[in-house]
Amino acid sequence: MISNEELDLLGDLAQLSLDPDSRESTLAAINEVLELVATLNAAECENVKPLAHPLETEQMLRPDAVSETNQRDKFSQVAPLFEEGLYLVPKVIE
Amino acid sequence: MNIPDGWQIDIGLEIHAQLNTQSKIFSGASTLFGSDPNIQASAVDLALPGVLPVVNEAVYAKAIRFGLGVSAEIARISAFDRKNYFYPDLPKGYQITQMDLPIVTGGHIDIFLEDGTVKRIRITRAHLEEDAGKSLHEDFDSFTGIDLNRAGTPLLEIVSEPDIKSAYEAVAYARKIHQLVTYLDICDGNMSQGSLRFDANISVRREDSATLGIRAEIKNLNSFRFLERAIVYETDRQISLLEANKSVPQETRLYDPGKDETRPMRSKETATDYRYFPEPDLLPVVVTDEKINAIKAEMPELPAERCQRFIDEFKLTVADSNLLASDRNLADYFEIAAENSKNALLSANWVKSELLGHLNRDSLSIKDSPVSAIQLGELVSLIGADTISGKIAKDVFSALWAGEATSATTYIEQHGLQQLTDQSALEPLILEILNANPKQRQQLLSGKHKLMGFFVGQVMKQTQGKANPQQVNTIIKRLLQESP
Repeated sequence: MISNEELDLLGDLAQLSLDPDSRESTLAAINEVLELVATLNAAECENVKPLAHPLETEQMLRPDAVSETNQRDKFSQVAPLFEEGLYLVPKVIE
Repeated sequence: MNIPDGWQIDIGLEIHAQLNTQSKIFSGASTLFGSDPNIQASAVDLALPGVLPVVNEAVYAKAIRFGLGVSAEIARISAFDRKNYFYPDLPKGYQITQMDLPIVTGGHIDIFLEDGTVKRIRITRAHLEEDAGKSLHEDFDSFTGIDLNRAGTPLLEIVSEPDIKSAYEAVAYARKIHQLVTYLDICDGNMSQGSLRFDANISVRREDSATLGIRAEIKNLNSFRFLERAIVYETDRQISLLEANKSVPQETRLYDPGKDETRPMRSKETATDYRYFPEPDLLPVVVTDEKINAIKAEMPELPAERCQRFIDEFKLTVADSNLLASDRNLADYFEIAAENSKNALLSANWVKSELLGHLNRDSLSIKDSPVSAIQLGELVSLIGADTISGKIAKDVFSALWAGEATSATTYIEQHGLQQLTDQSALEPLILEILNANPKQRQQLLSGKHKLMGFFVGQVMKQTQGKANPQQVNTIIKRLLQESP
């Protein structure tokens, strides 16, 4: 079960703001999922290998060759702000 | 660095090595350094909707090569995970990395301590991941510019155990990794371009304490010197805190080379908040024994083996051999020069004195040497064959260095610098000099051997350095015997 504070932390991590009116129902929905996880956690799986992917096949690799050409002009057209070859975002600095 | 009495330091290093592939780890965009911004950022690198990553084969081969180079375990099945965090130079909102099933586990690197003893540093793991783009904060008033050319460049993150106990050991270990990845040709090792970057996990504890102290992580150190300085500063800081009965907070810090100090970075998220989970867009990668054996068969000679071969094959001294084998490019240069000169010992001398001296003077790396290994080999062969004297050879070397000549042989012929070995031409000249200095001649005859240097010097001067000093010496002795 998660608390209201943990819900806030999750929101921060996911960069999502919660509508105050839907807080209660969201909390209940998440806790319902966690109950399901708790049921799964109770299953005996000591001798079961962790699954990295549900498909039982392996990754194909591609040869190391440059196959992409410069499409900056095209890509930059869908960017909100683009200047001097750079995509601009609101100032972030650590 | 002096560690205060009663304290010990524990350091683990995370080294990010950019793998020198043509294309990115998950897209076919070029990894070339220094291009115009964003021209090498493909739809996959930009995280446009609907795109899927495809793993580059060479990235795997290079990681396996590293694993074999440090005697590690190579995973037959490895897989990718998502590490979630928000930062504009990571457009997907997560980095694809390997958390649970890395390609390389275990292994070790041996370093030399100050007293010459060998210490083994254990490697925890080495995993593959993608690099982020670059954020440029300076150029715009209220914006940050994002260049995604680097996004998706393959990285091998090499994680050590906290076996490192001082700044000296950390630098020795980092240098060994640098030497190894360049020898293996998996990373260009270019520190100024960020091809190798260090994160240091540093903690201190009382000498009698059995458990590690609380660590600080110093991020993004991009030179051996900064690595050393950051560790010195950080250990001093932590010891001062603990001695004042304060605690060391677990945090991420940055080293400021201008102020020579570390300071806290605004904490992104703590480790458990990265919400790792298996990457659903990529299947597990299977590596067969055949594949590993094929890579093993193509492993280049490693530094220690090459050093021993130089001693056995070329009869170099241990010190010379160590120096020449220390860097793969230098070792390659020496071998090409030795092969072309057919004189390994003399080639070794010229590489370590004249060549390294000039490179040092002009702050050049061996790759940028104006004199090629073939050119130096030719020059050394001419010295070995007594075509020119060592003194003239230095002048020829300078001419090659300055680009005034392209071949030693041609330059020598054009400038008439061949050594005068024709006895019939030298004898009259020597006789003339002996006769012109009767006083010194008498002194030499009466046993003042120092004057031999005077006469040889005179002959060298007259011949503009083209005579062979040893031959001159012999002729003087004979002439004096014949007519005292």
